[in-house]
Amino acid sequence: MTRVTGLRVRGLNKNFGGLTVAQDINIDLPPGARTALIGPNGAGKTTFSNLITGILTPSAGEITLNGQDLRALNEAQRVKAGVAKTFQITTLFRDLTVRQNLRLAQQERDGRAQSWFRRADSWPEAEDEIDAQLAAFRLLDLEEMRVDDLAYGQQRLVEMAMTLMLKPRVLILDEPAAGVPSSDSHLITDAIERLPDDLAVLIIEHDMKLVFQVASSIIVLVNGAILTQGSPDEIAANQQVRDLYLGGHHD
Amino acid sequence: MSDTTLTPKRTRTIAGIPFLGEAILIAVVIGAYFLFPYNLAFLTRILIMVLLVLSLDLVLGFAGIATLGQAAMYGPGAYAAGLFAVHVSGAPLPGLVVGAVAGAALAFLSGLVLMRAKGLTLIMLTIAVASICLEIANKARDVTGGADGLRGIRMEPVAGLFEFDFIGKTAYWYVFVVVFVVFLLLKRLANAPLGQSLRGIHESPERMAAIGAPVYRRLVLAYTLGGGIAGIAGALAAQVTQLVSLEVYSFNLSAEALIMLILGGTGRLYGAIIGTVIFMTVHHVAAAADPFNWLFLIGFMVLGVVFCLPKGLAHLPTALTRLVRGRA
Repeated sequence: MTRVTGLRVRGLNKNFGGLTVAQDINIDLPPGARTALIGPNGAGKTTFSNLITGILTPSAGEITLNGQDLRALNEAQRVKAGVAKTFQITTLFRDLTVRQNLRLAQQERDGRAQSWFRRADSWPEAEDEIDAQLAAFRLLDLEEMRVDDLAYGQQRLVEMAMTLMLKPRVLILDEPAAGVPSSDSHLITDAIERLPDDLAVLIIEHDMKLVFQVASSIIVLVNGAILTQGSPDEIAANQQVRDLYLGGHHD
Repeated sequence: MSDTTLTPKRTRTIAGIPFLGEAILIAVVIGAYFLFPYNLAFLTRILIMVLLVLSLDLVLGFAGIATLGQAAMYGPGAYAAGLFAVHVSGAPLPGLVVGAVAGAALAFLSGLVLMRAKGLTLIMLTIAVASICLEIANKARDVTGGADGLRGIRMEPVAGLFEFDFIGKTAYWYVFVVVFVVFLLLKRLANAPLGQSLRGIHESPERMAAIGAPVYRRLVLAYTLGGGIAGIAGALAAQVTQLVSLEVYSFNLSAEALIMLILGGTGRLYGAIIGTVIFMTVHHVAAAADPFNWLFLIGFMVLGVVFCLPKGLAHLPTALTRLVRGRA
């Protein structure tokens, strides 16, 4: 029974003791969604991401992907089910090459990560697929470079390319432009715009320019609860959001 | 895209010559056999230690599992092989299998708990496991011989053909073949998906989990494999010396194995070999020259390497090349 409804979140709650960090959150991310999650620092954006990816366990609520209940699955199992994410602070295998980074994700996806005799690079079709992915992200020239030697913007691209190797159905980008110099931010925007059409994307971001450029719908999170959601135009016109971002800042 | 154009670039060899490392290794072993015919017992001890350090390299160098208790797996290998020889059969090869299974079993069982811990906690727990094993072996006097050691091991010829001799020629070659086979298998593993994924876990467990890897299960697997290899090393020691003492579980053994690995370079198989050979040779020579102060020399050597070559002696060629290029 696979209903292509994408990711559905209903009545999601998370408390740390008396502190509520997620309060009655309802979100739909159908295939093709380009939804941005914005909100002031401490609004619970990363917490929400962690609840979806399985790093945190919700106190109450439902999370389903195409009808499949995700709550019983751990982090690794949710990746297999189709939920992948990039980190707020780039998290890669820094001492490995760009190609090796992508290969690690690919071999997990294909379930051959435990094979121990054949060389990791001896699956020709798999290597071709990595070539194609590197080309799509314009990283082919850098494939033999150690990730640690790359510029931060390039590392961001490697992380996205690697995460996409997992063939996810839902992709969570946690502040994809954070730390990237503004001269390189178009690289990130381009990459997001070229993501597969059937992929549901949730972008957690502070950079409003980027949000308005790539998102077709925006959710505003404040103190763990959804303040409002709508199209970029509606959000831009919303007085509460304007107060939150321009004046009357109280957090 | 054809495979042939891509493969050479990705195959790592020494100076571009395939199997050069292996050839040097075999040449050194043959050379040592003819140069030091009266030190074969010592050379055999080095080879066994190389195997233990290789097992530690798999666990610590590849997978990044911080341990100071590798002896906890060496010991069961030694006792299992010894008891097998005393009570079941003196055939060496089945004894090795028994030793490997014993080491792997202990690693698996303790690993189920240990691999949930990290950092200092993990180090302390690995020490604790080895100490517990030591105490059990000490108390189970009826089985292990306790502090007197397990005696009465009589070995049959290797594969029914090669009799163990008084000078230790058979033992030397027998141990070398076993160590070499394990080394070759580890080399395969290092470049295979499993080896790469262990490096991935070492570098970033968070990222490995985020690409869907069962990190905990894979750590237990790596620890178990390392335990099996340490078990083989212990079994070899039991068979060659025909004695198993409580020393097999000693903290000293775990610590020295770690120092040898750091000396040679963690995460590199040749590093494990170089570190062990140099440590044991320096120890041997220095202890003969000055039985009271040899530790000074070892200490200075380790300090020197850690300061000048933090990645270990195996990194020396690269470091020298960089130095020369930097000057030129």
